[in-house]
Parts: sequence; C-alpha cells; structure tokens
Amino acid sequence: MLYCFVRHLTTRLLTGLLTIVALVTITPAQICAQEAPAGFFRTDRINMLVAVIFFSIVVLIYTRWAKQGKPLFIRKINGLDAVEEAVGRATEMGKPVLFIPGLQEIDEIETIAGISILGRVAKITAQYETPLIVPVRYPMVLAAGMEVVEQAYTEAGRQDSYNKDTVRYVAGDQMAFAATVNGMMVREKPAANIFMGAFFAESLLLAETGNAVGSIQIAGTARPEQIPFFIAACDYTLMGEELYAASAYLSHEPLLLGGLKGQDLMKLVIIASIIIGIVLTLFGVQTTFTSWFHQ
Amino acid sequence: MRTTLPLILAFISGIIMVVSFFINPEQKVLGDISQELLIWASIIGGFSFLLGAVSITRVNWRSYKTRRPGWGYNLVTIVGVFMMAIPALWPTSWLPESMASLAGRNAGSVYDWFFLYLATPMSQTMFAILAFYIATAAYRAFRARSSQATLLLITASIVMLWRVPMGEALLRVIYDGLPEIINTYIMAGINMSVQRGIIIGAALGAATFSLRILLGIERTYMGKG
Repeated sequence: MLYCFVRHLTTRLLTGLLTIVALVTITPAQICAQEAPAGFFRTDRINMLVAVIFFSIVVLIYTRWAKQGKPLFIRKINGLDAVEEAVGRATEMGKPVLFIPGLQEIDEIETIAGISILGRVAKITAQYETPLIVPVRYPMVLAAGMEVVEQAYTEAGRQDSYNKDTVRYVAGDQMAFAATVNGMMVREKPAANIFMGAFFAESLLLAETGNAVGSIQIAGTARPEQIPFFIAACDYTLMGEELYAASAYLSHEPLLLGGLKGQDLMKLVIIASIIIGIVLTLFGVQTTFTSWFHQ
Repeated sequence: MRTTLPLILAFISGIIMVVSFFINPEQKVLGDISQELLIWASIIGGFSFLLGAVSITRVNWRSYKTRRPGWGYNLVTIVGVFMMAIPALWPTSWLPESMASLAGRNAGSVYDWFFLYLATPMSQTMFAILAFYIATAAYRAFRARSSQATLLLITASIVMLWRVPMGEALLRVIYDGLPEIINTYIMAGINMSVQRGIIIGAALGAATFSLRILLGIERTYMGKG
C-alpha cells in the first residue's frame, strides 16, 4: 500500500516537475511574441503546444492505468444518477421523456457531448420501453441523433420499438425552436426533460415551461451565463465539465473514466500554477513563468 | 468497417485541425487542408437541410393525419414551411416581369414579406416573454428557505439595485463608494472567479472529451460503447 502511495506521489510530482521544466525552458521572447512569426511553426503558441502535449500524456497515462484495471475513484454526480430515476418515473406515469441536445451545430463539442448522453438515455428508454422525443435545431444533429438512438435501441434488443420520428427536426430559428418545444411540453406533458448541450436565451423559456407542466428536469451546459437559469428552474444541473464527464460516468467504463482522472490532475496543475503565479506577482517577481499568464 | 472508418476519419481530420493551429497560416500545406475540411463540412451541412425538410414534413403530416392533440399547429407548420420555401426557391424567370420581384429572397419578395411581418414579430414576441419567465424563476430562486438562498437573495437584491441608475443613486446616499465596492468585490471578485472556475473546468472537460474522440476511446457519439 505504501509502495503504491509512494509511486502515485512520485508520478504526480514528476508530471508537475516536467511542466515546470517545460515552462522555464521557454524564453520570454518566444512567449511574449504578439504577432505570428514568419517561420513554419507558430512559436507564439508554443506554450499551448506544451500544455496540449502534457495534457495528452496525463490523460493517456490514466487511461492506460484504467485499462490495466486500477481502481479509480470518481465523485458522485447527483444529476446523472437522477437520469435513470427520471426515465423510471416517466415509465410509471406512461409519459414520454424529452431530450434536447442543445441548440448548436454538430461541430460544437457541447452538442457532441449531448449526443453521447442521448445514446445512454436512449438505451435506458429502450429497456423500459418509454417513449422518447428528441427535437433538434440542425439537420446534421438530426442525422447524428437518429443514428445514435437507433443504435441504442438495437443494442438494447428493442429495434422493433424504435420510431423514426423519435429524433425530429423542429426549426432552424432559435425562438421558433423554443416555441415549438414549449408547445410539445404543454401538449405531451413529458414526465422528464433532459437538456444537455449548448443553450442560449431560450434556456429559461424551455426550463420554466417544463417546470410549469411538472416534469422532472435535468440540465447540463458548459455556458456559465445559462447555468443560473437552469439552477433556478431545473431539479438537477450539470455545470461545465460535468457535461463532458456525463457519457463516461453513465457508461461506467474504466477506459472512459481514466480520462476524467487525467482531467482532474490537470486541474490540480492549473490550480497550483495559479497560486504560484499569484504569489510571484504579489512579490513583484517577473519570470518566464509569470509571463505565461499574460498570454 | 462501419465503426473503424469513421474513427479513422475523425482521427485524421482532428489531427489536421490541431496541427494546423500550430503552423503559420502563410505555410499553405496544412493551412489549405484545414480550410478545405471546413468547406466540406459546410457542403455536407447544406445537403443535410433536405433531411431536415423531410423530417419536419413527415412528423407534422403524420400528426395532422392521425388528428393527434394539437394537429392544427402541425398543419400550420406544414403550410408555413412551404409558404416560405416555394416563393424563395421559385425561379424569377418563370414569372412575368411585373411579378418577378415576388420570387426569390430579395426585398419585396413574398419570402421577405413573410419573414419581416410574420417570422420576425413572432420571434421577438417569444424573446419578450423571457422577461416574465425570469420573474417567475427569480421568485422561486430567491425564496429565503435556507441560508444559501437568503445569501443569494441579499446579493441579488444589492446587484439589481446597483444595476439601475436610481438604485445606484440610493446606494451613493448610504456611502459614496458603495457602487464601486459592489463592482469590485461582488461582480469582478466573487462572480468573476466562480465563472472563470467553471470556464477552466469546462475547457479541460472539452479538451479531454476531444482527446477521447480523437483517440477513438469515446465512441458514444456514434452510438457505440
């Protein structure tokens, strides 16, 4: 046990040390260059390159450990634990589950995260044979959503229950989308509303209507300006990174959970860097390290 | 093959975009490839609109045909879709010269008229309703049922007061520097630090998620896993 602890600590210290070495070996001239230099590589972005490489290595190490079967502790996320409960409630009430994968195109990472969660939710609704409604704003999201939901029904062995109209294109305009979905909520009275992805001004319109019709509501977004609206109107809210962690969390697959641990370590490095940066700046120490914060 | 090929494509496309970010845009080799990829994405997106048109027509037509609750709205939707699409796509050369301006999407066309006098006011109405929704949500959030909710109520009341000119004047009566203190400690202090914390966490989450996609570990977006 002591051996494991020491090895764990050494690995963490080594990774931290590597970052610091990487930080101090870059010259201030390289970091502070404001315009793209004429060379082949953009040396003004070298700090970002170092961060990307370091981050990738950390995630890969943890993924490898997860693959080897090492136990990884992941904190409880109530909002995600409530997903199955919400679908169960819908099944008992004989009402549908409404899922919205955000209002952005498929090239947005938040939408892809939403689509990933949709796959998990669709598998649960398929098992319980609960109707699922997925209104989307973009045809590309429609195509991806249809594929994911059909696959989920097939994997659950309920392909015969799959309805091609489960995922439906509603409107391209933001407010037209909100109006249509609000109408759906009022008429169909879904037992559970799940909002996962990028939302804008319509977030409160959707969440308040869902609240008014008595649905259990779970929301997740990485947009800080929309989080307060969801907190005020929904039962559970996933904030920022929790949205991206959702598919890994719901899958319970060690390989996916490994990435989350790597992310946590990176956060630790960032927190440590911020604290060191604050202390150095407060004492007026101008180093290569502090100049990273000016970029 | 059905799984492997998309994974390979995702990996190659992702790597090209990542590498091009670190290469000088004047070096045309990868710069052009990344631009080409973006153009391809737009073209595919354009074609997929047909899929959207089929979906919206099929879903609404079925609801209308089976007279599901609210079928009238479905009928209005179908009529609305074609009412906007047909005049916009109608070739102007097929109409007499006096009526040519009605087709297409230019000012004075049928499409433009519907857009300006129907779609825009309806959209604005929906946006205006938001004010009432904010009031009801705020009422629920600000009910002082716990110490945290009470703290939220007090903080929000101070910030709201500070945001309006009359409130700011009132705060200045109490203490001249009070609005600046609110701005420094509540908005630029507590509020900003929490927001940045969420943004850093979300950025790292997005980066991890992207890495999982690039390496083919995350396949849930394809319905696998």
